[in-house]
Amino acid sequence: MATYILKRFLQLIPVFLGATLLVYFLVFSLPGDPIVALFGDKPVNEAVAARLREQYHLDQPFWIQYLLYLKGIFTFDLGQDFSGRPIAAVLGEVFPVTARLAVMALIFEAVFGIIFGLIAGLRKGKFFDGTVLVASLIVIGIPIFVLGFLLQFTIGVQLGWAKPTVSSAATVQDLILPAIVLGLGSFAYVLRLTRTSVIENMNADYVRTATAKGLSRFRVVRVHILRNSLIPVITFLGADLGALMGGAIVTEGIFNVPGVGNRLYRAVTQGEGPTVVSIVTVLVLIYVVSNLLVDLLYAWLDPRIRYDA
Amino acid sequence: MTDFITLDPAPAPAPGKGATVLEVRDLSVDFGVDKKWVPAAIGLNYEVRAGEVLAIVGESGSGKSASSMALLGLLPSNSRVSGSVKLAGQELLGGNEANIRSVRGKDVAVIFQEPMTALNPVYTVGAQIVETIRLHNEVSPDQARERALRMLELVELPDPEKAYKSYPHQLSGGQRQRAMIAQSLSCDPKLLIADEPTTALDVTVQAEILDLMRNLRNKLDSAIVLITHDMGVVADLADRIAVMRRGLIVETGTAAEIFHNPQHEYTRALLAAVPHLGQGGAANDDDVDVTAALAAATHADLDAVPRSELLRRERENAAALAAAASAASTAAKEQGEPVLELTDVAIEYPKQGRVPAFRAVEGANLAIYPGQVVGLVGESGSGKTTIGRAAVGLLPVAAGTMKVVGQDISAAKKNGRQLHEMRRHVGMVFQDPSSSLNPRLPIGESIGEPMFLAGVAKGAELQSRIEALLDQVELPRDYRNRYPHELSGGQKQRVGIARALSLKPKLMVADEPTSALDVSVQAKVLELFQNLQKELGFACLFVTHDLAVVDVLADRICVMQRGRIVEQGTRDQILRNPQEPYTQRLLAAVPLPDPEKQRERRELRAQLLSGAS
Repeated sequence: MATYILKRFLQLIPVFLGATLLVYFLVFSLPGDPIVALFGDKPVNEAVAARLREQYHLDQPFWIQYLLYLKGIFTFDLGQDFSGRPIAAVLGEVFPVTARLAVMALIFEAVFGIIFGLIAGLRKGKFFDGTVLVASLIVIGIPIFVLGFLLQFTIGVQLGWAKPTVSSAATVQDLILPAIVLGLGSFAYVLRLTRTSVIENMNADYVRTATAKGLSRFRVVRVHILRNSLIPVITFLGADLGALMGGAIVTEGIFNVPGVGNRLYRAVTQGEGPTVVSIVTVLVLIYVVSNLLVDLLYAWLDPRIRYDA
Repeated sequence: MTDFITLDPAPAPAPGKGATVLEVRDLSVDFGVDKKWVPAAIGLNYEVRAGEVLAIVGESGSGKSASSMALLGLLPSNSRVSGSVKLAGQELLGGNEANIRSVRGKDVAVIFQEPMTALNPVYTVGAQIVETIRLHNEVSPDQARERALRMLELVELPDPEKAYKSYPHQLSGGQRQRAMIAQSLSCDPKLLIADEPTTALDVTVQAEILDLMRNLRNKLDSAIVLITHDMGVVADLADRIAVMRRGLIVETGTAAEIFHNPQHEYTRALLAAVPHLGQGGAANDDDVDVTAALAAATHADLDAVPRSELLRRERENAAALAAAASAASTAAKEQGEPVLELTDVAIEYPKQGRVPAFRAVEGANLAIYPGQVVGLVGESGSGKTTIGRAAVGLLPVAAGTMKVVGQDISAAKKNGRQLHEMRRHVGMVFQDPSSSLNPRLPIGESIGEPMFLAGVAKGAELQSRIEALLDQVELPRDYRNRYPHELSGGQKQRVGIARALSLKPKLMVADEPTSALDVSVQAKVLELFQNLQKELGFACLFVTHDLAVVDVLADRICVMQRGRIVEQGTRDQILRNPQEPYTQRLLAAVPLPDPEKQRERRELRAQLLSGAS
């Protein structure tokens, strides 16, 4: 098991190199001169522009730029963004906010998705099941920015149950509404996945055995059906954590959350190569590590799965 | 409809003299299908006494399982149950849920068919047994653990401590079934319902589990309801038998009455359809006495049968076999080029990702001559199916040479065209007729596809060939536009045979073609197969776990164990005079559908096993 985990961590190295290289190349290939763009409508001061180009290594060929960036990373210096702040500080600012948002969304979709899915599965074909299925289909069908604006307006502005926008501190309270919007799509998936899985397991032989042992319905569901049904759901949730963090751009835009999405969007439009690459790389690493956690959780839930190195 | 029951002979008081444990009166079960009630069991009446085994036998759809699950309210929600079920005088039906729940697992325990899926895969065996014990008894976790370990010991698991800590997938099929039995018995039930407890197991494992159940019955004095389709298992274990057909009990009686003097025509037909060892070989209708033959081969003495009697029976066997041999000169069979020839063949399942290659067959030598039927028998995991699949080029040959219809296909590994050419001469019939036919093709197209692909026929010519093939397998011609789901299991397997025959193969590979079918259907399909083989004269590799089936069909038999062919010879050599200890054990484990003969065999088997250890 330990060897397996070590192996998985070693796999992070090629993933890291590949992700940085690819993203760096994409940003490098963006049309337009970011330095010129910095001047906006003002006339370009060639001397200042040249100095900036040199400072950000923009006068160098692609490979040199990339290697210099890598060298920076290994000396714990991610460089500076165009406003002169260290990128490391920027990351330290935006990631906690988005992580908080994503984890809240994840908890929301997991708790409600599993509970609703379980009840729907146990009452297959009944009224609750039908209602929930239709509702989840609607949620999946409507684009997130429509849902976002809708909830922001009704719950945030008209009813005043939650804050429609987020303060710069981005507290847990501020993030409740954005987290629900962010998690809503995945919530519908978790619900449907749990439901299907529960229905499948309800007819399993070992559930009949459990009933034949004389267990109460509640215990059969909690001990024998639920754990087996959660296995596919856990896989989805793990993969979803990464997707939520990277996919928060729209939600963060709607609620003006000072998180990764907002900062990344700005960096892309301004052509800030190192900032984009740094943010994306951290996202990729989070994705890979959360997948590893899922695999380990998987083995814990299902003893038939064993990881031999 | 209940007039069948009045025809029954009065229940014999013979073996179970204990108190009546279970009394079933007018039990009916219906299932709601498409808003209609379809009856699964109609007006059943029976009782079981303490220390008695009642076997409920019948083919699929007879309602034997549904009616037994109804006793404990274990049926799905689209069912309804009426009548009366009394356990030691207490009514089980119609009460509230809590009432029946206190009975489940405590007074009435169930053993299910599939030990693989009947235990929860994510909990240890120990945890599952402890759960049962603590549910019905006020005991501490330590006491429950101790009791669970004692149960695991009682069911003769070699290492109870280890089994306790194991997850179900870490145990073999037989061990899992033992664990299941341990769990069922953990609360001293008055009644045990065993639903096809050995159907999913190999014969040698089945014999062990049956021994175990017999010992436990004697030790615990609980009543057992045994649900099975296997007459051999019934003969081995049952005191009384109820025969079910289409929801009705058509006949009940003691084991001796049912086997020796069946009253109802269905019982007679069912018994006649059961293939059993000793059936083939003799020229007249008498069976070969396999017990005597095996006793002679192993030089065993039986307490139950005097030595002189055994010798007399063996002399009769020899005479019958000699008569049969001279009647049909089997020696003529080994002529011409072999159709399938294996020389020192090893077959591997190629490595997949990190899973290393697995060598399933090693050093196999085997030849099949034109017109010969060779039975390849063995237990699960012995590699018999692997050889069958390699013979049609579905698995590569890792070492040695394999010649099919004169072509060396071990060399043809990378030569797709040669394999393609070879497959024109080889037909294959698969085990599961339901999943081996494309559900979206009418069966006529399934049958015609090989001919169309090989370019031997098209258009009207193809249609007439399809019709001819349907005639051959005795299916109506207008069936060709039907889809597989509209056919019964036996009809589907006939389609499978027709498809395999469509290119007039020189070699037919049949992989357990009848093991998924009911006995009466199996008997008809086997008869058809035999007739076709005689008529068309193809050679056949018949892969099966069922020794009784090869006894009927095969000219030669190869016995496989753990990837090796341990013994091969003519049918009579293997089945009447086996030399290898494994073959002898395998033969001794096959139950005979006759209580007296089976008692003799049990003793013989016990002797063989004690001799081996």
